[in-house]
Amino acid sequence: MIPTIPQSRSFRILYGGYVALFFLYLALPLTVVAVFAFNDSQFPSLPWEGFTWNWFFGDERPQIGVFHERGILRSVGTSAFVALCVAIMSVCVGTTNAFLFNRYEFRGKAFLYVLMLLPLVIPGIVLGISVLVFSSTLANGVWDMAQIDIQALRPGLLLVILGQFSFITTIATLVISARLQKFDRTLEEAALNLGADRLTAVRTITLPFLAPAMIGAVVVAFLMSFENFNTTLMLVGSDAPLTIAMFDRLKEGSTPLLNAVSLLLMLGSSLLALMLILFQKRG
Amino acid sequence: MRSQSRITFYLLLTPLVLWLGLLIIIPHIDMLLISLRERISFGVYETSLAQYEKALTEPLYLRTFWRTAVMSVLATALTLLIAFPVSYYIAKMAKGRLQQVLFLLCLIPFYVSELVRTFGWMILLRETGFVSSLLQWVGLADRPVEMLYTDATMMVGLVYTSMLFMVVPLVTTLESLDDSVIEAGYDLGGSGLSVLREIIIPHAMPGIVSGCIVVFMLSLGNYLTPTMLGGKDSLWFTEMIYNQFIVRSNWELGAAFGFMLLVLSSVIVWGMLWLTGRTLKETMG
Repeated sequence: MIPTIPQSRSFRILYGGYVALFFLYLALPLTVVAVFAFNDSQFPSLPWEGFTWNWFFGDERPQIGVFHERGILRSVGTSAFVALCVAIMSVCVGTTNAFLFNRYEFRGKAFLYVLMLLPLVIPGIVLGISVLVFSSTLANGVWDMAQIDIQALRPGLLLVILGQFSFITTIATLVISARLQKFDRTLEEAALNLGADRLTAVRTITLPFLAPAMIGAVVVAFLMSFENFNTTLMLVGSDAPLTIAMFDRLKEGSTPLLNAVSLLLMLGSSLLALMLILFQKRG
Repeated sequence: MRSQSRITFYLLLTPLVLWLGLLIIIPHIDMLLISLRERISFGVYETSLAQYEKALTEPLYLRTFWRTAVMSVLATALTLLIAFPVSYYIAKMAKGRLQQVLFLLCLIPFYVSELVRTFGWMILLRETGFVSSLLQWVGLADRPVEMLYTDATMMVGLVYTSMLFMVVPLVTTLESLDDSVIEAGYDLGGSGLSVLREIIIPHAMPGIVSGCIVVFMLSLGNYLTPTMLGGKDSLWFTEMIYNQFIVRSNWELGAAFGFMLLVLSSVIVWGMLWLTGRTLKETMG
């Protein structure tokens, strides 16, 4: 079953047809979401009532477009803020983790490494409730002792950020470790021989080498945080990130406004993803 | 120099320990403790196994638990069956530019939020949806057809959502299989089927295992797809956790459910690793 082995014509056609069907299956849901963003009707479904930009730029009822819809715009801002915090935190911790596992031999290293991988095999919703439970235990403890109510420990943005950070850090660690393993240690030693101290050597030699992986990890972490649903659902307070805001609207019934938001999301994330892929090819 | 190195070591160790300790280990222990208590009266709790007893004796809870497990296994198997021929095509049949483009096409949909993908399936399959209208137009149906809210629809959504996590490891392992090995199999008189069974599948095993583990995990922990695409009868275990925590504020029972889900997923993941003689480090790292 490789090109150099002759296969019957009908088998080749059948196989090719199957692969084509598969890609149709992949593309279909996204295509309909995109197309119905331009339907001049209250519902994202057939019949097709004509083409309109109103779901993007409209400013009159009943067709208020994305760019005039306060609630959606605010939730995009919230999501971006959360994603930025998560990306920066997880890449920082991911980098220190990578150095720790790459450079040091210590007792319990293998055990710690497995522990570090664990967040990937814990369902997101369980991560969410465990952080929720623990933070409220803390908050209640503080209240019982000092009668101070720490609002930050109640469901809200801080918990969302911490919950997402708890598993995205594992991914950042893996991405950065993979690059650090390819680093030639003698380069750092050369810098030390030339009179640099350890910190300078790492800062001027190792970190620039790691930069592509760190930037890649920032982008991946940002996207994962922006799109996260399960963990966020359990920890969200009054200001909802975009996925939660869209979910709430979807439950009430959908208008092509949601299609328009989805299309913008698709464009945004595929642009970021493509940039990342091109960037990594070069690096 | 020696002591400086020790200081650096502890500086690097601190964030890891804080992260794992404060956000993973202690919260899960706390969740276990909460699940092991029973509310006697306002603010008074007693340690007991009451929550687990309730979870294991109430038919609805138990049924949902097993249903979620079985459906997740089924979704994993289906994903593997659908993804394998496609991955093989990308890794071995397509060459050069086509190969890259196909692989990229597989990746792109998954950079899009799961919510958007689920929304797409809703538009396609609902009563006033695209497929229903198409069927009427062609003449295969004479009235709107509701395809949402069934197990089959939910399965379509689950398989779709986790497809990428099967395709990527499969393509990676299949690519590393040398064409000449397959040719040798044919030269030695093997048929297509025996080459597949004796050479290709054993070689792809690491990819199959890691793909299956991730897909199973994602299906088990999925909330959106069962909620939006599944019917009234297809309650998912994650929905019960959400209901106990957010709707009913019964954290004790919710924590017990959470722990049951965690144990179930761990047992299946470790079981698969054990059966295939692999470690978590090889599979994930």
